[in-house]
Amino acid sequence: MTVKRPVLATAITLAAIAAAFLVAPHFYGNRSLLLSMLTFVALAQGLNLLYGFTGYLPFGYVGFFGAGAYATSLLVLHTGIPVLACVVLGGAAAVLVGLILGPLLRLSGAYFSIANLAASQILFNIVSNQDLSSITGGPYGLKIDKVYNLPAAYLSMLAVVLIATALAAYLRFSRFGLGIRAVKQDATSAAMAGIDVVRGRLIVWLLSAAIAGLAGGVYAWSLSVFYPDAVFTLQISVFAIVFALFGGVGTVIGPVVGAVVLDALYNAVGISTPQYFEFIYGALIVLLVLFLPNGVMSLLTRRGIRVI
Amino acid sequence: MSLLEYALVGGILYGVFFALVALGLNLIFGVMRMINLAHGQFVLLGGYGAYLLSHDLHLNPIYGVPLAVLGAVVVGIPLYTVVPRLQKSSDPEMLSFILFFGVALMIDAVLTAVFGADQRSLPQDAFGAGNITVLGQAFPDSWWVAAGVSVLAALGLYLYFTRTRLGFATRAIMANREEALATGIDVQRVSAIAFIMGIALAGIAGVFVPYLLGSISPDIGNELTTTSFAVIIIGSLGNPLGTIVGGLVFGIGTLFMQTYFPSWSNLVPYALLIVIVLIKPAGLLGRTVRTA
Repeated sequence: MTVKRPVLATAITLAAIAAAFLVAPHFYGNRSLLLSMLTFVALAQGLNLLYGFTGYLPFGYVGFFGAGAYATSLLVLHTGIPVLACVVLGGAAAVLVGLILGPLLRLSGAYFSIANLAASQILFNIVSNQDLSSITGGPYGLKIDKVYNLPAAYLSMLAVVLIATALAAYLRFSRFGLGIRAVKQDATSAAMAGIDVVRGRLIVWLLSAAIAGLAGGVYAWSLSVFYPDAVFTLQISVFAIVFALFGGVGTVIGPVVGAVVLDALYNAVGISTPQYFEFIYGALIVLLVLFLPNGVMSLLTRRGIRVI
Repeated sequence: MSLLEYALVGGILYGVFFALVALGLNLIFGVMRMINLAHGQFVLLGGYGAYLLSHDLHLNPIYGVPLAVLGAVVVGIPLYTVVPRLQKSSDPEMLSFILFFGVALMIDAVLTAVFGADQRSLPQDAFGAGNITVLGQAFPDSWWVAAGVSVLAALGLYLYFTRTRLGFATRAIMANREEALATGIDVQRVSAIAFIMGIALAGIAGVFVPYLLGSISPDIGNELTTTSFAVIIIGSLGNPLGTIVGGLVFGIGTLFMQTYFPSWSNLVPYALLIVIVLIKPAGLLGRTVRTA
């Protein structure tokens, strides 16, 4: 029995990512920086699921991340269930938020992006509201240091990255994914061909939300003490968008490569001089849109090299 | 009852001013179908221009208005060169959205590097130190001046659209770009003028932002952009008159929330945006419903 090519390519990709990030802590001591890199790989890949395969750019993607972080932390604080179960339920909470926001998918293009951004701002304003301090901690944030376990959180985030990448591969190679990409190119024609447009979009939207929610939950676990701004800042959406675009949306490894390269660059020079880096990111976005709208992976595909 | 009147009068002033803040965004969208996500940052540039004039040159900040127009010409002409390139791309609306977001990040970075992250305000008495009282409610002169400038700008835009050849051409492009091109209108030139006007309007609004919001700092750019979006979507995209209606709805809504539920007032623009966009995507004054 022979293994199909896409399955093999996916397996190799997943194994390579897992191996790289399992070995990395032995060469580089700062595990929390590596974890934050993994977080952005997960977010870039999660955003890629939606933007790369359906064309909806979720500007308020951070809303799911924050929802996952808060749901996970509140469960840790108020229930006795294991922290991993809390993280999974955090992902479920993000899916719930995604379901509530599902009607936003009726909007197209920029309307969707802006409305999604507004939705994430609403979540942030609710969570950080002084009047709700007794429930959400309000502007003072939450503290879950009793379950702090960085190595375990690191492995969990790696798992989230692998799930997200496997989902991207599924969308790239499966029949369902083909349908979704047909919808992206021309929704009317795809519907004529018998593809359930609404159902397909909603599924990808919820998958994408789940990835951000899980990532948020693990991230909260790794921080153990955080303010609402830390998990709701627009910068998280921005980084996810830039990383995914840089690598190349609609591919499986593009967002991973983009997030690893740019996050490493950010950690090398950006932290000490954030405003210069903000400028460079801004310029990078402008140049990408003008000259390389399909990301660095398109440099390879243009030369006939097949990239998954 | 005085609370109600306070919210009403204040809301009208605040709303008329935010119509000015949003007007430029709407003009650029209406003419070019481009989303200027750096809009709030252009508003900030106008505000910082006025700050420089008043703080370093000791001039009245009102001179920020002509400075904003000049600045819009200087910034707008080179920036416009990306527009035709974007319009030829596969998805102009979305790509412009991302591109101008990059521009926004760059402006934010420059503002932070030059002015620091601190909040800056303008001298309180520059537009008159007193208050004007209506319905027993006193509001500072600067609020009235801001509202007055907004009305003048909206009126000026209306006259431009209805009385000048360039205005006719602009409306023709708004209605149908291809047909405008076919009738011999110099679409690129008219669009470039509209683009510069949009940025200039943003800059002019910026001069008054330090009064209406108390201060300016580099980190409020995105908030100004989203609020402007809320205002123009409530009104209806591409319709400058609708922007005034959107501003009033937003302003009165915000001031009512600030008066009665202060801790929730930040939610107003976002909640209004989502509700309107879901119920009536074409906006309150929109005639046709977009196909989503």
